[in-house]
Amino acid sequence: MTNIPLTNILFLSTALFFIGAYGLFTRRNMITMLMSVELMLNSVNINFVAFNKYLYPDKLGGVFFSIFIITIAAAEAAVAIAIIINLYRSHHSIDVEDASEMKY
Amino acid sequence: MSQPLQIALIPLLPLACFLVLGLFGRKHLSSSAGVIGTLSLLVSTLLSLQTAYQYFFVSGKVNGVFQKLVVFQYNWLEFAPDLSINIGLMIDPITVMMLVVVSFVSLMVHLFSLGYMKGEERFATYFAFLSLFTFSMLGLVLSSNIFQIYLFWELVGVSSFLLIGFYFEKPSAVAAAKKAFIVTRFADLGFLIGILTLAFYTKTLDFGLLIERLSTASTYLSDINAASFLGISALSWGLVLVFIGGAGKSAMFPLHIWLPDAMEGPTPVSALIHAATMVVAGVFLVARLFPVFALSDPEALKLVMYTGAFSAFFAAVIACTQTDIKRVLAYSTMSQIGYMMFALGVSKYGGEDGLGYMASMFHLFTHAFFKSLLFLGAGAVIHMVHSNEMKDMGGLRKMMPITHLSFLIACLAIAGVPPFSGFFSKEEILMAAFESNRLIYGVALLTSGLTAFYMFRLYYNIFWSKPADVDGHHHGEGTLAMKIPLILLAVLAVVAGFAPIAQWVTPDGLPIESHVPITFSILPVSLAMGGILLATRMFKTQTELPTQIAQQMGGIYKAAYHKFYIDEVYLFVTKKILFNLIGKPAAWIDKNIVDGLMNLLGKITAKLSELIKGIQSGKVQDYALYFFGGIAGLVLVFIYLWK
Repeated sequence: MTNIPLTNILFLSTALFFIGAYGLFTRRNMITMLMSVELMLNSVNINFVAFNKYLYPDKLGGVFFSIFIITIAAAEAAVAIAIIINLYRSHHSIDVEDASEMKY
Repeated sequence: MSQPLQIALIPLLPLACFLVLGLFGRKHLSSSAGVIGTLSLLVSTLLSLQTAYQYFFVSGKVNGVFQKLVVFQYNWLEFAPDLSINIGLMIDPITVMMLVVVSFVSLMVHLFSLGYMKGEERFATYFAFLSLFTFSMLGLVLSSNIFQIYLFWELVGVSSFLLIGFYFEKPSAVAAAKKAFIVTRFADLGFLIGILTLAFYTKTLDFGLLIERLSTASTYLSDINAASFLGISALSWGLVLVFIGGAGKSAMFPLHIWLPDAMEGPTPVSALIHAATMVVAGVFLVARLFPVFALSDPEALKLVMYTGAFSAFFAAVIACTQTDIKRVLAYSTMSQIGYMMFALGVSKYGGEDGLGYMASMFHLFTHAFFKSLLFLGAGAVIHMVHSNEMKDMGGLRKMMPITHLSFLIACLAIAGVPPFSGFFSKEEILMAAFESNRLIYGVALLTSGLTAFYMFRLYYNIFWSKPADVDGHHHGEGTLAMKIPLILLAVLAVVAGFAPIAQWVTPDGLPIESHVPITFSILPVSLAMGGILLATRMFKTQTELPTQIAQQMGGIYKAAYHKFYIDEVYLFVTKKILFNLIGKPAAWIDKNIVDGLMNLLGKITAKLSELIKGIQSGKVQDYALYFFGGIAGLVLVFIYLWK
């Protein structure tokens, strides 16, 4: 376990973050977009845990932060799904392209 | 009742009446409006007569000289410790005389209107306007201060506008109202500048102080004489500009063009405003400032004299050719006011030299009665035949005996036949002119002959000439309310000449012993008789004679018939010259430069927003991308630039 270098883990989390970002910008389905956001959040979690483990092994700040983020992500998912349901009720679609009235 | 209250009530009663009728008249008082207006004015008239009695017989004289009494003064707007606008009431002989004339004539007109305007839809509005006018006119003559007189002056203008345009469904009435308002307003601009000039140098607006400072040697007088513009002293400018204001209201040449058109208003209104009261406001104004004119600036007074004499003659010539009976009367009014003006112009200040001033006021007094009588008579005739044109009239003497008789009396009075009232006042005017300026005397004499001629031309065309072709049983001569004013005014047209105005109304308050020798009267009276006889010969029965003479006169007759093309000249100057040279370039600048600048700014903004509004696409992912880009940018800044 200890012989895995930090850079590998950072590589993983960066890849995960940009995969999420790519998904967020390209997918039109809101559920998928929500999933992409979750990916990005998890990449951040990995960073926290990894840095905690490698730089300050005797402290727990990074771990606590990840637990916080997981909790908030749950709440955020609830809010996001509520928004999606409302959007579906008014537009009969969860495609973001269909909800573009708020423009110039 | 205390004196200030009594005098204040004279204008305030019509004001109250205007407010009541104006606010509640149409809904609640539509039938009783006339009676309310007439009664309130009856009280005003009685108070005026009481005031006149007190002033002339009891309290007015101190040491045998009539005083200017300021009975009430309220400091209204204070600009500086020594310059404020006051609202006050001042009485002196001319004010008292005008109070009686205005309230009495107004009362007669109210009474006449009860019959004349009966059944009118806006009956209450009409009486409200009449009350407003009466209030303004009474306030004007009572003003103690030159700015206050200006306020009432404008109020008079507004109420005149409202009354001329009373039949606002008629385009001609609307045009006439507009014309009267614009022309007099234009003249009032001169008046305002004149007031400011005089007030600037004398440091006061109060009549008493102003006259005192400008008519006796003082630093104020030397200051105002020393200042000059275009080679004319500031005093002359001030007085001439004030006179221009007066000339506008009094329809003096060349500002007379509104008066004939103003006849579009209801006839009783013409009798009140355009015969007896408002049009003499200019004469009143010059008379009010007379000591200044006479003592300090005789040159300005000369202008008054020449303007008056020319207007008198000019209008008399036009009056001989007009066929609309109200227009004949309008020009006749202008001519008679010209008489009053030049009578002021030939007068001097002090003692027996004040004859012209006295004569002018005397003529104002008598003219008010016989001219309003003429207008009311014309109103009765128009009420009967429903036309203003002479050709629709004729032979009415049997159908309207009272109108006929009173009209005849008024014609004799204005022609200057003894012993009717016009004779006395006209003799005094001619006497004053004879003593100071023979040219003016000649013009006046000629005008007096013309006056007799055109008045009797009017009289014969209405009442003789040809058999009547109107259905007399239709509604007869009019109601009792229309007959009473005619009778009362006819009585006054006969006896007003015996009023001892010479004892009362003089420039310096001292009585004048006026005696016109009987030999002096022979020439004017025989000229008047000649005019009457000529008119009798030409118009008593319908003949070809008038047309033949008109044809022989050729160009002159045509020019006079078209009022010497003054209206056309005005139209040419305003429409062609002013409009093309000033109006059009100004409109072009406004449209292209002023508006263009604003439009350009607007267009630039619109273009810019067109360019960048695509950013606000409404797509969530675009926004997220911008947000992400922003963060990335910040990260770069923090890493490489911030340090």
